[in-house]
Amino acid sequence: MSTTEAIPTTGPDGRTVPSAPSPEAEAWQPFRTMLLDAGLLVPTGVDGLYGRSGTYESVAEGMDRLVLRVGADQDALSMRFPPVMPWATFQRNGYLESFPDQMGSVHTFRGNERDHGELLRRTEEDEDRGPLLATTDMVLCPAVCHPLYPTLRGVLPEGGRRAEVYGYCFRHEPSTDPFRMQAFRQHDYVYLGTPDGARAHRDLWIERGLEVLTGLGLEVESVVANDPFFGRPGRMLAANQRIEELKYEIVTPVYATDRQTAISSSNCHLDHFGRPFGIESADGEVAHTACFGFGIDRITLALLHRHGPDPDTWPKAVRSTLWP
Amino acid sequence: MDQEIRQVLAEHGRLAVDVSSLDENTDLFAAGMTSHASVNVMLALEDAFDIEFAESMLKKSTFESIASIRAGVLEMTDA
Repeated sequence: MSTTEAIPTTGPDGRTVPSAPSPEAEAWQPFRTMLLDAGLLVPTGVDGLYGRSGTYESVAEGMDRLVLRVGADQDALSMRFPPVMPWATFQRNGYLESFPDQMGSVHTFRGNERDHGELLRRTEEDEDRGPLLATTDMVLCPAVCHPLYPTLRGVLPEGGRRAEVYGYCFRHEPSTDPFRMQAFRQHDYVYLGTPDGARAHRDLWIERGLEVLTGLGLEVESVVANDPFFGRPGRMLAANQRIEELKYEIVTPVYATDRQTAISSSNCHLDHFGRPFGIESADGEVAHTACFGFGIDRITLALLHRHGPDPDTWPKAVRSTLWP
Repeated sequence: MDQEIRQVLAEHGRLAVDVSSLDENTDLFAAGMTSHASVNVMLALEDAFDIEFAESMLKKSTFESIASIRAGVLEMTDA
């Protein structure tokens, strides 16, 4: 089977539809072909949703452990959450206001036998199943640090608190670009405390991120960025985010020298999480938070792009950094 | 017009202070309006004055004070 063909995707109504060809698709097609031919990523039939090979995972795991070594001095609380989080957290963290089109809602069936029959019929005939499904009290986790905040309600110690969180995130952004996965991993170093502490954390980790990624042979720089906020109002949020320099991304040229791809990012959240989740700094003010996230899948892909599909042949310095 | 602007701010600005105490040049963001609240203010102003802000106006400075909001609304109603 040719791996360069567009993989069918599942439309909003649950039907399988062919992906619309993107004008930029050409740019990533050779890299996608390399990944699929080498078996590093295994397509599932949904754009941006892949199986990973053992080789791919060994790079991702090496990167994850490297991140932990780099943050060993942070005295960080280690937390791991499932890739599914409570709606009660989601409804208060502002995600629905900013990114409604990227959310993943967990549904189940709560009907009677007659409804069940109708669900089966619709499934058989590939009709929209939506009307027969009901929401649950869970959503897919869109950012790995989001489930953390409600667990830290209360007053933080003097000097704030740091936490490291690793796991899968989901964002509904179907694409054939391997760098734009719908399910992907982030490894975050989060700070909770004062406004100054949050900025200092962000600055420290951008510096560390650049150092780590440069050490892996990647050509990187940090740039001011904005999130893809939804709709016309979102343009205003994006403009505000840029003016205040709340988001930085570490980017690397992958498909073209003039087209940068983000592989890590940092966010200053101000009191966006501290306020709704009742977190206070030691001085009694609403806590400010910041996080730096290593995009583990994107870094893995950038390394495979830079050094080739076989990690056994990668430069010794890169191998010894990932697998000491 | 200022009265309508103040009403929109009272309903959507989520300000930390009473809207009637605001000077027309008071920095609304300093008075507690968040980015998200400013988006709701923007949408409510569009409804109240039956306008649509130009793309170039969708930025913080347009909504930073009652005076700047009035200037923005006038720009769109004159257009």
